[in-house]
Amino acid sequence: MSNPDQTPHNDAPESFKDPGVPYHRPRRADVDPKAAKRAERQVAALFGLSVLGTIIALWAYFGLDISDDIASIQQVNTMIGVGIMLAMLGIGFGAIHWAKTLMRDHEMVEERHELRSSEEAREGAIQNLKDGVVDSGIGAAANGVPRRGLLKGSLITALAIAPLALLVPQIGNMGGDWNISKFRHTMWKQGTRLARDPDGTPIKASDVTIGSVFHVIPEGLNELETHKIEEKSKAVVLLIRLDPRDLNIQPGREDWSFDGIVAYSKICTHVGCPVALYEQQTHHLLCPCHQSTFDVANGCKVVFGPAERPLPQLPIALDSDGYIVAQRDFEEPVGPSYWTRLKTPAVASTGEEASS
Amino acid sequence: MKTLATKRYHKAAPLFLVLLLLAAITGVAAVTTSSPATAATQVSADAILEGEKLFASNCATCHGLGAQGQQNIAPSLVGVGAAAVDFQVGTGRMPLQMSGPQARAKQVQFDQGQIDQLAAYVASLGSGPAVPTAEQVDGSLGDPANGMQLFRTNCAMCHGSVGGGGALTQGKFAPSLWETTPTHIYEAMLVGPQSMPVFNNANLTPEAKRDVISYLEEQRQPSAGGLKLGAIGPVAEGFWAWMVGIGLIIASTVWVGARSS
Repeated sequence: MSNPDQTPHNDAPESFKDPGVPYHRPRRADVDPKAAKRAERQVAALFGLSVLGTIIALWAYFGLDISDDIASIQQVNTMIGVGIMLAMLGIGFGAIHWAKTLMRDHEMVEERHELRSSEEAREGAIQNLKDGVVDSGIGAAANGVPRRGLLKGSLITALAIAPLALLVPQIGNMGGDWNISKFRHTMWKQGTRLARDPDGTPIKASDVTIGSVFHVIPEGLNELETHKIEEKSKAVVLLIRLDPRDLNIQPGREDWSFDGIVAYSKICTHVGCPVALYEQQTHHLLCPCHQSTFDVANGCKVVFGPAERPLPQLPIALDSDGYIVAQRDFEEPVGPSYWTRLKTPAVASTGEEASS
Repeated sequence: MKTLATKRYHKAAPLFLVLLLLAAITGVAAVTTSSPATAATQVSADAILEGEKLFASNCATCHGLGAQGQQNIAPSLVGVGAAAVDFQVGTGRMPLQMSGPQARAKQVQFDQGQIDQLAAYVASLGSGPAVPTAEQVDGSLGDPANGMQLFRTNCAMCHGSVGGGGALTQGKFAPSLWETTPTHIYEAMLVGPQSMPVFNNANLTPEAKRDVISYLEEQRQPSAGGLKLGAIGPVAEGFWAWMVGIGLIIASTVWVGARSS
């Protein structure tokens, strides 16, 4: 392969040569007066289109009638928009077309100046800095200027603590409240009635026919004075009645449902979107954000998508009037899987409470 | 064919193809079926008899001669009521055209008289929800503001916040409600067809259902903001912005930068 007589690449040039300005090819409008005339007419037509657009916009504003119905508002908005579009685009396209077809297109060369400053300017700048150090007295005393230790110290102190004014309020607001149990518990308590969202009326078991879905809030939520939205976002529940033959009751949850009626948290365990797309025939609950799918017939276990764990189930019972009530709060934190780390002690403690 | 083959290198060919594609997409989107309005009618023994004949010749293959259904083929229709029949047949979903993820609305196969006879027959098999009266579905009597609250709580997750429809799982979808007649909207809430859950009168009272209809009828007006793009959310809007909007910007930029011939 190697040939001592022939060094490789010996034909290659030392450096690339400047290829120069490309060959100037005249445009049609340069050589053909007819084409030039045509281009002129095209440019004038584009400017004329702009004039037309301005007239359309003004006519739409003054001439068209806005009455109460949305259709007339849409018509006026559309016509003003189309008019402004034609007015602006007509000028822009006309100007560019003018420049491209009719103005001279000779090639030009513009030399770039050197980026580096002159030696003289560079030395001057350095000398200015040195003079500044001497004049301020930061460095050693010289030229009759005393050493100003007080100023140096106070400036450094000021610079060092100035960022605190920005940082302390920012950092101070983080983590001021470490009461994590707020995330672990919701408004549901023993005996809280399940109520319709949004009007807050309680639900009887007989109202929930097979295939029905009720969007549920705890009774009393609408009467809350503070933190209503926060409590709602944790406590919302989906109440569904399946044919009892279709429902596979999970071990340990035999008394959590009533005759095919189950209640599950509506907050997705992935990132907390409301899971509410219930397909009656497949008993699947779909989250609209990332398509996590939960199987209501099998304890809302995840059958598709990024969610990590089943939706928390709310244990329900009937009160003496036939209304559906909660037995207690959820036994695990609702919402995103981050809080699973809190799950184990929570289950143990509330399980004891339930049995006592 | 030869002229076609030579013309494919024409400089307008890409533009033509893009326009053709857009026209095809628009055409597919425009294919929608509308359903005739329904009216409540008296149930007579004759109607039940006629309905039974219609049922035997059009529905019994799947639902069985006594409408008792067949395992894994078709559900029993005993007790589904007249409302379910009026919805399923009146929107063309039944008789089923072919099996698939869900029965789709298509051209209605029967006239309203025949649908009423079928409904009367099925209603005679067991008690179920009846076809609503004209007053129950008159949106002008409802409260669209309350209807909006109810729709956004109970319906919007599938049908979209203004009823434009949306996707479900594995080929199923919630249809747009802009063309659906008020009677069919009411019946769908009442009986919960296919994937849709049931919203019985204890959940959404007849007045609440009328409010929902009233809200949906408000959404049929043109939007003040411009193109709705189906109101199905970020996919259609993103497609429009990225393909049409940015496409036009790129085309303009190419034109600005191109040398004049």
